[in-house]
Amino acid sequence: MAATAGSALRIRAVSKTFPTPEGGEVLALDAVSLEVADGSFTVLLGPSGCGKTTLLRCIAGLESPDSGEIELKGVRIDDVPVWKRRVNTVFQSYALFPHMTVAHNVAFGLQMDKLPKAEIARKVDAALEMVRLSGLGARRPSQLSGGQQQRVALARALAKEPEVLLLDEPLSALDLKLRRGMQTELKRLQRETSITFMLVTHDQDEAMSMGDQVAVFDSGRIVQVGPPRDVYLAPRTRFVADFIGEANILQGTASAQTITVPGFGVLSTDALATDGVAAADGQVFIAVRPESVTILPAADGNGTVVDATFVGGDLHIDVKVGDVVISARQAGAAPGALSAGDTVRVAFPSGSVRVVEA
Amino acid sequence: MSRARGTGESLKNFPFFGVISIIVFAFLYVPLVFVVGYSFNANRVVTVWKGFTFDWYAEVLTNNDIQRALMNSLRVAVVATMMSVLLATGLAVGLIRMVRAGRTFAWSLIMAPLIIPEIVFAIGTLALFVQIRVPLGVEAITLAHVAFCIPFALLPIRARLRSIDLSIYEAAADLGANEWPIFRRITLPLLMPGIVAGALLAFIISLDDFLVSYFLAGPGGTTLPVYIFSMIRNAITPGVNAVSTLLLLISLLIVTGSYLITRRRRY
Repeated sequence: MAATAGSALRIRAVSKTFPTPEGGEVLALDAVSLEVADGSFTVLLGPSGCGKTTLLRCIAGLESPDSGEIELKGVRIDDVPVWKRRVNTVFQSYALFPHMTVAHNVAFGLQMDKLPKAEIARKVDAALEMVRLSGLGARRPSQLSGGQQQRVALARALAKEPEVLLLDEPLSALDLKLRRGMQTELKRLQRETSITFMLVTHDQDEAMSMGDQVAVFDSGRIVQVGPPRDVYLAPRTRFVADFIGEANILQGTASAQTITVPGFGVLSTDALATDGVAAADGQVFIAVRPESVTILPAADGNGTVVDATFVGGDLHIDVKVGDVVISARQAGAAPGALSAGDTVRVAFPSGSVRVVEA
Repeated sequence: MSRARGTGESLKNFPFFGVISIIVFAFLYVPLVFVVGYSFNANRVVTVWKGFTFDWYAEVLTNNDIQRALMNSLRVAVVATMMSVLLATGLAVGLIRMVRAGRTFAWSLIMAPLIIPEIVFAIGTLALFVQIRVPLGVEAITLAHVAFCIPFALLPIRARLRSIDLSIYEAAADLGANEWPIFRRITLPLLMPGIVAGALLAFIISLDDFLVSYFLAGPGGTTLPVYIFSMIRNAITPGVNAVSTLLLLISLLIVTGSYLITRRRRY
């Protein structure tokens, strides 16, 4: 099978079930397919237990899929044992070897490749310099901070110059400030090495800021793949709209080119197809981002302000319309422009409404 | 909580707390003080103090029978320790891969000798050895010691093995290591403190074993504890105290030595 040029990794219909302690089975991966471009930064995003880490472990060879194919640079690797795959993993727990120095940790993988001593020494130095740990090679992992241990784990995997670097929630153990720094650092490393990075996270901000491509997982399936901006602006399902950023999810009735939502009247969907999305009785879900919602004071309005708070430079407004509460953001609104109890007109400008799958 | 602390406080103020502690310590150590103290007694009558002397040590150390018994004990203990630690390490590493149900059953089987009455084990081993014609003596004792030392050696090795994060093995495999390099470069060095502790335990257990050794000694297979027993059958001589003190000294040296070694390598 010939590989598409520029594809580092190709995953086709990979499924994996695990036995549960109760004797049942759980489908961790449900026919997952994904293509990863060479030299790209792909983020697997989803809540815990959605299967994203299982996919990473299948690529690494730490789990074997029940069915499906995994191709690395056009070559199937399903049957290649973990130690022969040209992919390396940065583990969530770092998994550093506690009885070895930092330099020996980094050298381990190179020694397994039986490289000459001088070359190993050179590569270890280069890897440690790349993650800014030069001079700490003689330390034990226990003598380093969490952030430094993280860098050792990175250097250890990068020193092997893998075709794909897999990162399993690498930043989850770091505090917020350190995490932001490491995000920038990871982007830099990816650019400098041109190695394909594949990162697993449950943090949507992390996914949005780091990925060239984001794959959103929900219950063992990839529900949407695309550049972060596209996924944010055009969520395909209710889950994606809700999980990435904030969204007002409303239920309406579809007919021809319009959707009727109680409290808002008839909305234009701007030729957004509701085919195959709407239920038999025409019920559909729509998603509207809070920053797209317009709110104007109006005596004959359809809603009542429940809460209006300044957060940073934005005014966060909650408006009760009928039975639902709509969240809205107004950038640069004057303080006191709106306050609780005001009657307002809530509207969704054309183009802001997305029809999403349930 | 304040209540919990209050309980601790009142326990400390319990009037007999100090007395009980003293009784316990006396119980544990007065016999030892007796043995060590009277080993320096310059009187052939053991219980009457006459003066300080090293004579008994000189006598004991030049006694050929005691020398032979000590050598037997050390030979048995060294070989039994090495064999049991080797087997225990293999068992621990092998069993971790077994399926859950089988593993629990296997562990119980291996650990059972810890609670089986030693006399039962001794009689059983003797009967077996006689049946299959294993000649009694040092080799027979060594074989039996290997068997009952395994669970003791296994305890600290298993505890150590369990404390190793499984992702460390995964990381090693991910970096290109297969079974043997993982065992040699990762598992074995990380297990070392457990192996040292297990070896120490096995050595001490073997060195001071009396019952099994007594049953399997045969002619010429006398170990030090068996010899000491034969000495007191006639009379408690100051020499018995001296030999016992030497045995105590060997144990103390080994424990202290291994403590110092393991303390240095802490991750």
